[in-house]
Amino acid sequence: MEKRVTFSSTTIGLLFAFPMLLLVFVFFYWPGGQALFWAFTLEQPWGGGNKWVGFQNFAHLLKDPIYWNSITRSLVFGAGSTAIAMGVALVLAVLTDREMKGHSAYRSIFVWPYAIAAPALGLAFRFILAPEAGLLSILNRVWPDIWNPALDGNDAMIAIIVAFSWKYIGYNFIFFLSALQGIPRSLIEAAAMDGSGPLRRVFDIQLPLLTPTLFFLLVINITESFQDSFGIVDIMTQGGPARATELMVYKIYFDGFKGLDYSGAAAQSIILMVLVILLTILQFRFIERRIHYK
Amino acid sequence: MNAKILGAVSAFALSALLAGPAAAEKHKIDFWFGNSGDIAKRVQEQCDRFNASQSDYEVVCTSQGSYDASLQNTIAAFRAGQQPTIAQVSDAGTLDIMLSGAFYPANKLMADMGYTVDWNDYFGGIKAYYATSKGDMYSFPFNSSTALLYWNKDAFAKIGKDHAPATWEEAADDFKALKEAGYACPLGFNISRDEVWQFEEQFNAIHGEPIATKRNGYEGLDAELVFNKGKWVQFVKDWKNWYDKGYAVIKSKETGQTFVEAFAAGDCQVILTSVGDHGNIGRTAKEGMNWGVAMLPVYAGTERKHSFVGGASLWVLSGKQDADYKAAAAFFNFIAKPEEALTWSTVTGYIPVRNSGYEYLVKQGFYDKAPYAGRELAIKSLTASPADDANSFPGIRLGGLLQIRQEISNGLQAIFIKNEDVQASLDAAAARGNEILRRFEQTYEGKQLP
Repeated sequence: MEKRVTFSSTTIGLLFAFPMLLLVFVFFYWPGGQALFWAFTLEQPWGGGNKWVGFQNFAHLLKDPIYWNSITRSLVFGAGSTAIAMGVALVLAVLTDREMKGHSAYRSIFVWPYAIAAPALGLAFRFILAPEAGLLSILNRVWPDIWNPALDGNDAMIAIIVAFSWKYIGYNFIFFLSALQGIPRSLIEAAAMDGSGPLRRVFDIQLPLLTPTLFFLLVINITESFQDSFGIVDIMTQGGPARATELMVYKIYFDGFKGLDYSGAAAQSIILMVLVILLTILQFRFIERRIHYK
Repeated sequence: MNAKILGAVSAFALSALLAGPAAAEKHKIDFWFGNSGDIAKRVQEQCDRFNASQSDYEVVCTSQGSYDASLQNTIAAFRAGQQPTIAQVSDAGTLDIMLSGAFYPANKLMADMGYTVDWNDYFGGIKAYYATSKGDMYSFPFNSSTALLYWNKDAFAKIGKDHAPATWEEAADDFKALKEAGYACPLGFNISRDEVWQFEEQFNAIHGEPIATKRNGYEGLDAELVFNKGKWVQFVKDWKNWYDKGYAVIKSKETGQTFVEAFAAGDCQVILTSVGDHGNIGRTAKEGMNWGVAMLPVYAGTERKHSFVGGASLWVLSGKQDADYKAAAAFFNFIAKPEEALTWSTVTGYIPVRNSGYEYLVKQGFYDKAPYAGRELAIKSLTASPADDANSFPGIRLGGLLQIRQEISNGLQAIFIKNEDVQASLDAAAARGNEILRRFEQTYEGKQLP
C-alpha cells in the first residue's frame, strides 16, 4: 500500500483561501462596513468625530422628491444605455462573426473604447455633441434649436446615454463574439443547407444559444450603468441642465467628494447598493428562469 | 553577471553617498495645492525660488489637479496620518478646516517660530474673509482674486459709448443698444455651479446685501440663507428679462464655447469674471480687439461696498515635527516679500494680498504697462468700503458652500431654462440650502465657530 501524506482538508483549504479572503476583507468588506456605519452617523470630514443619528440620513433622502427624481433618472439612464450598448454590440458581433471583410481588424478595434477613461470620453463627446461648435452643430444649422444638450434636459440625457453606451459597446462586443464563435459551425451550416437565410439563423439558432451571455451582460450593464457613470456626467453636464442628468451616483460623488458630506453620500451609496441588489434579484428571478445553459 | 550587479550596487551606493549629505542638510516638507495648468507651473516656480534662496529647507510642491481633489486628498492623507505640512484650501472648504482643529494657526506658527508678521498689512477685505470672528488669522491668503466686468471697447464705440456701465440700469440700456447694433451676445454668462459666484455672491457683497443671517455665517453656525429676500431677486428678474430678449446669452463648455472664450473671440461684448482671467484674455483676445475692465455695476442709488475675495489660502496642518513647522514659517516669510508679490502678479492674474506688495507694484509702474493696466481695479473693488463697515459683509462663512452654490445654480437653471417662477425657484433653492446648513450644524454640534 502506498502511504500518502494527508492534511486536514478544512485547515489547508482555509490557509489557501486566507490571502484572498484578506484582500476581499480589506478592499470590500471593511470600506463597505465603514460606509454602512457612516450612513447612520454624521461624520466630520477631517475626522474630528461623528455622531450617531440612526435613520435620519435615510429619512432625509427618502422624503425628498428631488432624490426620487434622481432614482427615476438613473433607471431611465440604465435602461437606455443598456439597450443601446447591448443592441449595437450584438449587431456588430453578428456581423463580425459572419467574417465580413476586415473582421479581424474590427475584432481588435471595437474593444478600444472600453479602455478609455470616463473623463477623456466625456471630454470627447462634449465636443462632438456641443450644439454651437461641435460636429452635431450641423443639425442646428438645418433645423435651428433642434439639438441643445446645454439647455434641454432630454438632449442632455441622450448625450450621456450615447457616451456611456459607446464605452460599453466594445466590452459587450467581446463577450458576444466569443459566445458566437463557441456555437458549433455544424448547427449553422445545417440550418443554411435547410435554406434559412442569415437573419433567420440569427433569430432561431444564434440568439437562443446566446441567452446565457445575454443574461450575463444584462446584469453587468445595468449594474455598471448605476455606478460607472459619474465621470461622464461630471465632465459632460455636471448633472444639469436643471438637474436633468443628476443620476444617483453623480449625486454621491458630488456630495461626498466635493461637498464633503460623507454621511449623506454614504447613505446614498447604501440606497444605491440596495437598488442594484434588488434589480439583480429581479433579473435572476424572472429572466434567468427562461435561460437554458446547455 | 555578478560583476554587473556589483557594479550597479556600488554605483547606487555611491550616488546615495553623494546625495546623502545634501539631502540631510535640507529639511523637506510637502505643500499640496489645487491649481492646475499654467498657474500650477507658476506655483512650482515660486517653490523653486524659495528652495534656491536658502540651503536649510526644501518645499516639495505638488499639484493635485483641482481645489476639490486637493482638499479630498489632503483630508484622506490627514486621516491616515500622512498629511503634507502645507495645504491649500479654497474658500468653499475654509469653514470645515476651521472647525476641524486639524491645523496649526498661522498667527501662532509665525509667533512661535520667531517671525513678526504685520497682519494688518493684508488688505482689509482679504483679511476679513479668512480671519476668525475675533480677527485672528488661521491661514495665509494665497492666490486671491475678485470679479470684474470685462467690456469690448470697439463694440461700445459703435453704440457711442466710451466707458463701461457703472450701474445695472446703464448696463441694461447698453445691452439693448448693442443688440440693436447687431451684436448677437451683448452679455455672455453661465449659470453652472462654478460660475454663479460673480452674479450672486459678488452682487450681494457690493450691494451690502446679506446672503445669510448672522453676518453671512461669521457669527454662528445657525445662520439661514436670505438671498431670496433682498435686491438680488430683482436682479435675477432683470437678468432673465435680458435673457428672454436675447441681450444675455448662455455660453458654456456644453454649448461649445465658454463665455470667457466668447469674449476673447469678440463674440460676446460684456462678461463678468475673475481678475484671474485678465492675463488669459490678454493672451487669447482677437488680434486688434480693444477691451477693458471695470468694477461690477451696482443698481443706481446704491452705495458701493467692497467685493469678496475669491481664491484660496494656505493652511499649516497639525501633527508634524517642529522642524517641519520651521520650514513652513520660512516659506511663508519668503512668499510675503514684495518682490514675490510682483513676480506672482506678473505671471498670474492674481492680485497682491498685502498693502506693501501692492505699493511695491505701483512703485514699479506695474499697473501702467499695457498688459497689466486695469488689474488695480480689483484692489479698488476689494477696498471700496472699509472692511469693518457694519453695513458690509466680510465674506461668506457657510458650511457646505459648494452644495449651496449647486442649489443656487439649479434654481437659476430652472428659471432660465425651464421658465420657472423667479421667486419660487429662489425660495426653493434657499430652503434646500438651509437644510444643508442644518445638517452641517448638526455634524459640528457643540463646536464653537472661532
